[in-house]
Amino acid sequence: MSTTATAVEGEHHHHGPAKGLSRWLFATNHKDIGTMYLWTALAMFFLGGAFAMVIRMELFQPGLQLLEPEWFNRMFTMHGLVMVFGAIMPAWVGFANWQIPLMVGAPDMAMPRMNLLSYWLFPVAMLVLVSTFFMEGNAPAFGWTFYAPLSTTFAPDTTDFFIFGVHLLGVSSIMGAINVIATIVNLRAPGMTLMKMPLFVWTWLITAFLLIAVMPVLAGVVTMMLTDRNFGTAFFEASGGGDPLMFQHIFWFFGHPEVYIMILPAFGVISQIIPTFARKPLFGYASMVYATGAIAFLSFIVWGHHMFATGMPLAGELYFMYATMLIAVPTGVKVFNWMATMWRGSMTFETPMLFAIAFVFLFTIGGLTGLMMAMGPADMQYHSTYFIVAHFHYVLVPGAVFALMAGVYYWLPKWCGNMYDERLGKIHFWLSAISVNVLFFPQHFVGLAGMPRRVPDYPLQFADFNMIISIGGFAYGLSQLLFVYIVIKAIRGGQPATDQVWEGAQGLEWKLPSPAPFHTHTTPPKVD
Amino acid sequence: MAAKNIKQTAVRLLVAAVLMFGFGYALIPIYNIVCDITGINGKSSSLQEVAAADADEIDKSRLIKVEFVGTPNSELPWEFRPLVKSVEVHPGAVTDVYYHARNLVDYSVTGQAVPSVVPSPAARHFSKVECFCFTKQTLEAGETKAMLVKFRVDPAIDPAIDEVTLSYTFYALDKAGKVKQPNGEPVGMDHDHHSHHGQMPAG
Repeated sequence: MSTTATAVEGEHHHHGPAKGLSRWLFATNHKDIGTMYLWTALAMFFLGGAFAMVIRMELFQPGLQLLEPEWFNRMFTMHGLVMVFGAIMPAWVGFANWQIPLMVGAPDMAMPRMNLLSYWLFPVAMLVLVSTFFMEGNAPAFGWTFYAPLSTTFAPDTTDFFIFGVHLLGVSSIMGAINVIATIVNLRAPGMTLMKMPLFVWTWLITAFLLIAVMPVLAGVVTMMLTDRNFGTAFFEASGGGDPLMFQHIFWFFGHPEVYIMILPAFGVISQIIPTFARKPLFGYASMVYATGAIAFLSFIVWGHHMFATGMPLAGELYFMYATMLIAVPTGVKVFNWMATMWRGSMTFETPMLFAIAFVFLFTIGGLTGLMMAMGPADMQYHSTYFIVAHFHYVLVPGAVFALMAGVYYWLPKWCGNMYDERLGKIHFWLSAISVNVLFFPQHFVGLAGMPRRVPDYPLQFADFNMIISIGGFAYGLSQLLFVYIVIKAIRGGQPATDQVWEGAQGLEWKLPSPAPFHTHTTPPKVD
Repeated sequence: MAAKNIKQTAVRLLVAAVLMFGFGYALIPIYNIVCDITGINGKSSSLQEVAAADADEIDKSRLIKVEFVGTPNSELPWEFRPLVKSVEVHPGAVTDVYYHARNLVDYSVTGQAVPSVVPSPAARHFSKVECFCFTKQTLEAGETKAMLVKFRVDPAIDPAIDEVTLSYTFYALDKAGKVKQPNGEPVGMDHDHHSHHGQMPAG
């Protein structure tokens, strides 16, 4: 560890990045690693998106036209796994790598070589996961939640590759989280007290603690699956004295904090962007920090709301119901603060701000359907229908993904030194914002009417809505190609960005030149 | 110095991660203890508790309907069902019922039954004095057997409960690798659920 720390100091004497491929293969610079994370996550976003397109093609009409049911199962399973573990989580790690050192005034991440290792484990893990498509037994088909015994007794041999992939992702995430915390705790510039940290840094600090708390539990549950499948244990096997329901308890103990791992950094990004374009300081900074902490704490004690339909006793159902509803309080504080920040601000609506406002509006819709499903008795109707699909896609797509897009537009001029094409950015925003609602809003209706999720066919009465949903899906998917074009165009040229980039931008990263040089904050800046 | 602090932070966090890995495993005994205390999940009471119970106190004022269900697992080539659908019993009284089992194939098969009691608040007041589910059962080719359950409903059972269902799923034991016997003890016994969590590998 001491060698890695000296590497930080040693790099002060380097002049620039290594030439050619070795710059990326052996990158220890936080900006290079951040860039690699972001590009890989973008590639995974399109891979997971391709699976989603196949799903929407199959569901375009009732009946089975494209896929065998087993292939349909593989598609939604891999769509979920790739999007959660391959796209959203690593994209946030990419943001953390780029931004945290810039925002706290550190020269790099605390452990650059561990950073390199945690990056490279991630594409390898995705390769292991996706390679199952080319093996006998084919890719996992048990849903991204991989409930036992479907994933133990009844799953193909390739499940062991899936387990190994999850192990690698877990190790990668834990190392990444340790790095983030070590950087924030130890490398802040003089004067940057905890309560002066930008909110993106705060939300990532709390996310990193969540990762360290629950990724090992995920590793544990897949290890139990592994030994159940191959080494004669019976953790989840009733005939051996185990309990399949136990799987769900352990999985959701990981799974619920996991959804906050995907959304807390989004809260952070939005809390940076709205003050910038409202030209006002964030309303209620301290309450934002405490609300984030409260959400993180509550995420550990509500996992049972994923299991209302398992025959839980009444007392358990009531407890999980009330505890879940409690999460609406700190989340409401956040939404209130964002709106209060915009209140009477001199707002302008550049692309990052458009995405941020859409985030506040659409994420709140997803939050409200979450509150509906938190009610145990009502959840019996919503359980395992398209209503839940609509709910979690609202918080993940116009939620987390919109925040990612907003963050890219916001910081891209700092990263590459050029402004993106504002007109194309706005077109990308409107295409995305309209198509995402065409895609997900009708899913509420078919869900309430009883259309089950994870089924490749449906009764005729759902046909019209499904066709609309599919058209929205294709439109949303295609719109994202425009995003890639805009990013590449900005990297290759365009109007040079100023150091501050945005008129209302505050913070250490905006005092650096644009593009941010290879080495920044080599002498710690002073923070008043 | 920064380097020393970074190392210290990293080591502490790594220890936390390792502890959380252990906590994932610890959730299983925790869950079993909670089930024991509350009787949720249908894990019914053990032999030892019945022996200690006072057999004299029979509550003649109440009648509880006990229904029986039996299902062979899809991998077990047996016929398996209760001989009576239900009986009415006084709390405190010990009652015998039989399940019918027949091996449908021309080779000997060993199985293990796993019991469950609903509604779950009744589970901890439902004790089996003797049960075919305490041990593994072998049926020769084509053999038929009547299998005994001797049970007692504790008079302390919630007065609101007047119906209890005892359900068994019979699992095949010979399917290679499918059913496990840690410590060579019979598995799936009630006894196991209680005292040392049968699903933990090798004790």
